[in-house]
Amino acid sequence: MSLFLVQSLNGLQFGILLFLIAAGLTLVFGVMGFINLAHGVQYMIGAYLTFMFFQWTTNFFIALLLGMIVALIIGLACEMFIFRHLYQRNHLDQVLATFGIILFVNELVKVIWGPSSLILPPPEIFSWSFEIIEGLRYPIYRLVVIAVGITVAVGLYFAVFKTRVGMLVRAGATNPEMVSALGVDIKRLFMIVFGFGTMLAGFAGAIAAPMFSLEPNMGDDLLITVFVVIIIGGIGSIRGAFIAAVLIGLLDTLGRAVTTDILRLFFDPSTANQIGPALSSMLIYILMAVVLFFKPEGLFPVHRAG
Amino acid sequence: MRKFLSTTAAAIALAFTTVPVANAADLKVGLVLTLSGPPGALGKQAEDGFNLAVEKLGGSLGGANTTVVVVDDELKPDVALTRVKSLLERDDVDIVVGTIFSNMLAAIYKPVIKADKILISPNAGPSTFAGEKCHPNFFVTSYQNNQNFEALGKYAQDNGVKRVFMLAPNYQAGRDAMNGFKKYFKGDIADEVFTPLGHKDFSAEIAQIATSKSDAVFTFMPGGMGVRFVKQFDEAGLSDKMTFLSAFTVDETTLPAQKDAAVGLFGAGTWAPDFDLDRSKDFVSSFEAKYGYVPGSYAMQAYDAALLIDSAVSAVDGDVSNKEGLMAALKEAKFDSMRGTFTFNNNQYPIQDFYLLNIAKRADGKYQTEIAEKILENSGDSFAAECKM
Repeated sequence: MSLFLVQSLNGLQFGILLFLIAAGLTLVFGVMGFINLAHGVQYMIGAYLTFMFFQWTTNFFIALLLGMIVALIIGLACEMFIFRHLYQRNHLDQVLATFGIILFVNELVKVIWGPSSLILPPPEIFSWSFEIIEGLRYPIYRLVVIAVGITVAVGLYFAVFKTRVGMLVRAGATNPEMVSALGVDIKRLFMIVFGFGTMLAGFAGAIAAPMFSLEPNMGDDLLITVFVVIIIGGIGSIRGAFIAAVLIGLLDTLGRAVTTDILRLFFDPSTANQIGPALSSMLIYILMAVVLFFKPEGLFPVHRAG
Repeated sequence: MRKFLSTTAAAIALAFTTVPVANAADLKVGLVLTLSGPPGALGKQAEDGFNLAVEKLGGSLGGANTTVVVVDDELKPDVALTRVKSLLERDDVDIVVGTIFSNMLAAIYKPVIKADKILISPNAGPSTFAGEKCHPNFFVTSYQNNQNFEALGKYAQDNGVKRVFMLAPNYQAGRDAMNGFKKYFKGDIADEVFTPLGHKDFSAEIAQIATSKSDAVFTFMPGGMGVRFVKQFDEAGLSDKMTFLSAFTVDETTLPAQKDAAVGLFGAGTWAPDFDLDRSKDFVSSFEAKYGYVPGSYAMQAYDAALLIDSAVSAVDGDVSNKEGLMAALKEAKFDSMRGTFTFNNNQYPIQDFYLLNIAKRADGKYQTEIAEKILENSGDSFAAECKM
């Protein structure tokens, strides 16, 4: 039972991380109808920038702050010089262009920081651990990540549902032409949403780095899972993204822990070992298929005009 | 991307001014290595190791002016195939040295053998070409893949390990690793867990390990996976509680990132930078002086491959067109290996010793593997018997 709780904690923490990346992506996709495959690149950029500033300042928090500022600037620059020209194009052009950015930035990161994995240590005050169950120590930093993620989620909820900008964002997601006709500078609104979204992804990368490791392409595998999250949650819905992210995080983590054991009840061990790992990697896609079958718009669809 | 390391101007001048050796011809060697992506660090080691040997020998292997052409297989079979074809057809190389990964070897093996060129693997040693499908043109200077895992299994069996938790990525090499370990280990197996390739967060697996009541964990987690797993394993406080037996998980390519988290863990291999042999120590110090990092087995095996070619080419007096003589001389393996004695088995994979390696922090703050104890002596692989050569 206690093992189950630990695994749930791990799943929750993975879900929180997914949410931080998904929040920006679902807004950009929902509000602007823009498919940004390069969102995972922002996750990587956030991590590497924080790593670089940490080497200069040797203070995690200053490094994180500087990293986020530069990540925001990079996000805005990309929006102004590249993405803005793609909004009116069809989805295939957007996919091609943003895929090109992935290749370019991954290569650039390799040129600057090298191909090997790098380690960013957690901040000094959170670098201890405690015995969560007998024989297993749990790094306090992981709990901090969960707390920070939930705080960001609550903050985002207020920003989107209780502030004027949030209201415009929601309105823009429902009917961008009408919002524009009412005199709102939709271009500027898009830019804010985009910049903020990429900064959140960068933030996710930076706080994830001390748990995992930094390497080129680190955002690409996650991006696929994040797309699953925003599709299950309903494109454009922050609330949906949060619930779907936690759901996926738990399902993936617990699934990997128990699928093979469950299969062993029905098959002989070697067959279970063959099928188990494959099946557990498929669980989130199975969930997506099931959700889409019953609710083709996702769990929390955003109501669109027209 | 291709780089050319041509011979030095001095060497060329020398070739023109002195009376050429009878039949002396130029030698062209093509290197097919993985140089891009996170696994590129492995290919870089091999490239630097090979080039260092050529440089030390004055730009000529066995008296033949040597040109080295390096290509990157990008860890994609189709790219490897295209690049090796251009080596064979456009550059007209005499010998192909490659690859790092076994699946890349599978891609280039056929075209090289079909063109009747010599293929020397500086790292990949799949079972596929060790048994029935062995070939006179194919040589391996590293090991057969299963051997490191077999050695670890033997160590666990001989040292009273009772219960092992096994963890590997879910692909062919991961499954081979588990089977290799089980060849000699007959104790309890708590669980065999397969993770996706490129796995990020091992927290779920680590929780399973912690509650499995095992006294050892066996793993094969190459590259970035190894960096993350070792770090999280250490954070969970498991390093002090159980024996960590691994291959390709804590080595010179991952230690710069793992640092102290890897100290106290075990690896397995045929060599380590502290190997007690003068020429090996010379190799390590000149490698570090030139490239600024600690050479691992990948660099050593490529270095040995260059020395092997050197010995064979000089046995045929620099006449690389004498293919029969060249292959016979390669099989003799009369070169001074960094591992001491080096002999080829009937399948042209090496017969050699395997060691348990531990991780040490050196006085200069860098980390390296060190020989802890010998596990297997003069060990040939399990597939050689099926090779009719």
